[in-house]
Amino acid sequence: MEKKQSKLSIVTNGLLHENPNLRLVLGTCPTLAITTSVFNSIGMGLAATFVLIFSNMAISACRKIIPDKVRIPAFITIIAGFVTVVMMLVQAFVQPLYQALGVYLPLIVVNCIILGRAEMFASKNGVLDSALDGLGMGIGFTLTLTAMGFIRELLGAGTLFGIQILPDAVEPMAILASPPGGFFVFGVLMALAIMLDEKQGRKVDADPEKIGCAGCPNSKNCHGEGGCE
Amino acid sequence: MLVKSSPHIRDNSSTQKIMLDVILALCPAILASAIIFGLRALLVIAVTVVSCVVFEYLYCRLMKKPNPIADLSAVVTGILLAFNLPSTLPLWMAVIGAFVSIVIAKQLFGGLGHNFANPAIVGRIVLAVSFAGRMTAYAYPEVTNGVAALAGATPLVATRNADLPLLTLFLGTHGGVLGETCAAALLLGGIWLVVRRVISPVIPVTYLATVAVISLLAGQEPLVQLLSGGLMLGAIFMATDYVTSPYTLTGKLVYGLGLGIITCAIRFWATSAEGVSYAILLMNLLVPYINDLTRQKPLGGGKRK
Repeated sequence: MEKKQSKLSIVTNGLLHENPNLRLVLGTCPTLAITTSVFNSIGMGLAATFVLIFSNMAISACRKIIPDKVRIPAFITIIAGFVTVVMMLVQAFVQPLYQALGVYLPLIVVNCIILGRAEMFASKNGVLDSALDGLGMGIGFTLTLTAMGFIRELLGAGTLFGIQILPDAVEPMAILASPPGGFFVFGVLMALAIMLDEKQGRKVDADPEKIGCAGCPNSKNCHGEGGCE
Repeated sequence: MLVKSSPHIRDNSSTQKIMLDVILALCPAILASAIIFGLRALLVIAVTVVSCVVFEYLYCRLMKKPNPIADLSAVVTGILLAFNLPSTLPLWMAVIGAFVSIVIAKQLFGGLGHNFANPAIVGRIVLAVSFAGRMTAYAYPEVTNGVAALAGATPLVATRNADLPLLTLFLGTHGGVLGETCAAALLLGGIWLVVRRVISPVIPVTYLATVAVISLLAGQEPLVQLLSGGLMLGAIFMATDYVTSPYTLTGKLVYGLGLGIITCAIRFWATSAEGVSYAILLMNLLVPYINDLTRQKPLGGGKRK
């Protein structure tokens, strides 16, 4: 890190500028798969946030003793431990959510956001900063999922939290509840996030031809050394 | 003498003029739909055209882009979208279709020339997936001599059991979406476009020929297959969209062949009765690759990368 980030900016970083879904494009599988309802979205977001915060803290605490060569298996093992905890908790206390999320709950283990933050942030920063980063990323993830769930459930099924909102005369657009609709909403939200980010004065070069390391939101973590291609 | 870089040959054609020709070519089919399905058909067309133009205007206004509605492409999209809707469709659904076509499929990708697929096709497919029941609630023209035409299915479904006379199919006095039924009017428009050199006949002819050949091989009646469903509308007006069709001759042949194969595959061996719109969407997505692979190598030029 060239400059020490303020604690607040570490948290807010995950909301928009490095929003894990919309700007880093990580963890898209659960984003597309489980956002057919707001309830599932919030549940998934909270579960992932919990894992993010604790795995970031644990990995940050162990970062000096994990040998570089085996860091990925070590990270995955730590993450898997926390995911198991979350799974058991959800199964015990929120049975409907456990059934709705199905395989996507254990799949948090291989969610790119969590491994990505471990690799990009927690393995290079202190415990407190890592916890804050996990919190910010988790909130960003939850907000994105909730926004998608809101749009897709309201327009795709006419309900919110399972309660009928739209009048019967308005037939819901079934496509939004199906995978192509998920991609549509995801794409539109992504464009919105870039627009908002640009409004805040950050130049976002969305031209894929020009995106080298400079245009990549991860560049400051890998110090422009590449290796992501 | 100074020689500037190409193009050297200029033509006074413009997007507006081409679109005007397309609109003229669509007129016989508009008239036919009004005769077959009544005034409600004209209402649906008017609603989609107006909402397409309004969405285009509002989006460009909001995004502070130059206002493109004078190029008439939104009008063409509106008419084509309406041609893909049954006349019984609630009008607000038609407006949603126009929104998807213009804003999502066209403007979000950068406007005319940058859309990845034919906007009207995207609008139709989104509506068909969303409101499957409404989109197949076809109106049936009133028939004086009985219930034969009111069987409740489009010819594509019906021909699996019984045959409609070819003349009925050709004139389009049967159930279906607005613009697809009257093959005669569509062919008239197609001939006008070819004569005016707005479209090249390669894509429609390859498409139709492929469908005919595969129908024959699959033991179906080729003429019935050609005249029923959205094939004529798709082949003449939707598949020939400049932005989303290949520009090389080989590319056009490949494109037409692919369209025919996918359409027949969906019609004969899939659960859906009609496959034209999905065929066009799929082939639209392949167009950049077809263009790349069929680009002519310059004489004496080196190996293509």
